[in-house]
Amino acid sequence: MTTTSNGTPAIEFRDVVKRFGDNVVLDKLNFSVAKGDRVTLIGPSGSGKTTILRLLMTLEEANGGLILIDGDPYTHEYKGDRWVEIPEKRRRVVRNRVGMVFQQFNLFPNMSVLENIIEAPVHVLGLSKKDAVERAEQLLEQVGMSDKRDARCTQLSGGQQQRVAIARALAMDPEILLLDEVTSALDPEIVADVLGVLREIARTTDITMLLVTHEMQFAREVSNRVLMFDHGQIVEEADPETMFTNPSHERTQEFLKAVLG
Amino acid sequence: MNEDSLWSWETAWDVLPDLLRGLVVTIEATVVGMVIASILGLFIALAMRAPTRWVRGPLRFVVDFIRMTPLLVQLVFVWLLLVDIPPLVIGFGVLGVHYATYMSEVYRAGIEAVPAGQWEAATALNLPKGRTWFAIILPQAIRKTLPGLGNYAVSMFKETPFLFAITVVEMYQAAQNFGANTFSYIEPLTMVGLLFLIVSYPTSLLVRRMEMRLA
Repeated sequence: MTTTSNGTPAIEFRDVVKRFGDNVVLDKLNFSVAKGDRVTLIGPSGSGKTTILRLLMTLEEANGGLILIDGDPYTHEYKGDRWVEIPEKRRRVVRNRVGMVFQQFNLFPNMSVLENIIEAPVHVLGLSKKDAVERAEQLLEQVGMSDKRDARCTQLSGGQQQRVAIARALAMDPEILLLDEVTSALDPEIVADVLGVLREIARTTDITMLLVTHEMQFAREVSNRVLMFDHGQIVEEADPETMFTNPSHERTQEFLKAVLG
Repeated sequence: MNEDSLWSWETAWDVLPDLLRGLVVTIEATVVGMVIASILGLFIALAMRAPTRWVRGPLRFVVDFIRMTPLLVQLVFVWLLLVDIPPLVIGFGVLGVHYATYMSEVYRAGIEAVPAGQWEAATALNLPKGRTWFAIILPQAIRKTLPGLGNYAVSMFKETPFLFAITVVEMYQAAQNFGANTFSYIEPLTMVGLLFLIVSYPTSLLVRRMEMRLA
């Protein structure tokens, strides 16, 4: 685990509770991710991995506990003993540091590829259109989609859409990138392309990455830490080498056996 | 005029200019009514999503009230109430408001048909609420509402004869007037039916094609 000079984690969960109705998905979860870390969350479905990413993107609301980004309270804070929601205006400041790529890409179908990418830089970061386009073109180059700059998103294949979605997330210059099963909806032969793009980003940037994936080989290559979840708790934590070759917890052994065959 | 036969081409020809003038009024009422209905309908649909019951509750009541009472009654009621306003203007307004309550449902369905992932992507990009609505949600929702809008335009067009009740001389009233003067009703009313068909049938075909293209 790498730490920066001041040691403030990029992400910190303190006693985070998340329930859906009566179903407790996360029960007082504690963990932190250091700046520049690449952390893979593994575990059976329903273990709470995706919920963690969604909480970090404020797509879900926690029912208790604190989520800190760079040490700043994000969605809730304690005022004395009272646990209170942080208003949207303050959340927005913190949210700017977090980006996300979705399983279903979620490109805006009413916009071209380029428009998808420059939308938020122009309307959130306040970049001039010219600067935003310039940056978008660099990113499209990086993900190998330059020739589709003016295409409608609906004309693209799944793999192409996902590469555009990655460029769109990067255009916001996030400190933290959340990757939620980004290859699960893709045809097998395209998965390698998208993983290649991500591998390159991991190699060339110091973005903190939190990924949920079933691509164990990819997780092993890219991440420096793997967290095994079960029933909303971390049952094991290790570097990828140890986790995938010599897991110590029984649940991890069972899970990996089932996934890797 | 030939007294013996049921149908006289001469009479049909004579009434045509009156009917065409009426048709212009009919089309005017439909176009202006639809413009009001589609704008107001959108505002109603958006207001229905207000977080507070104090907005949604009363609005729901008004919308239901307008939908559950006949257009004809509404026209006459407003006409009697607002004596200083020209009948045609009242016609525009009442048709527009009446259909806005229906259009709001079309918009609601269109907005709800936008996948949750679109909202989530907008949040992930930190787009402000207003920008999310105007740049992402509404353009997709409105695309889905275009066939509904077309269907209601055809339906409103066919209901414009009610305007006769508030003295607007649209196509039907023009035919009635002609009949009252010449005692020939068959030709003018048949022609009215035909003219309605000539306008609404191609329009409805167009709407159906739009439905298929946008589906």
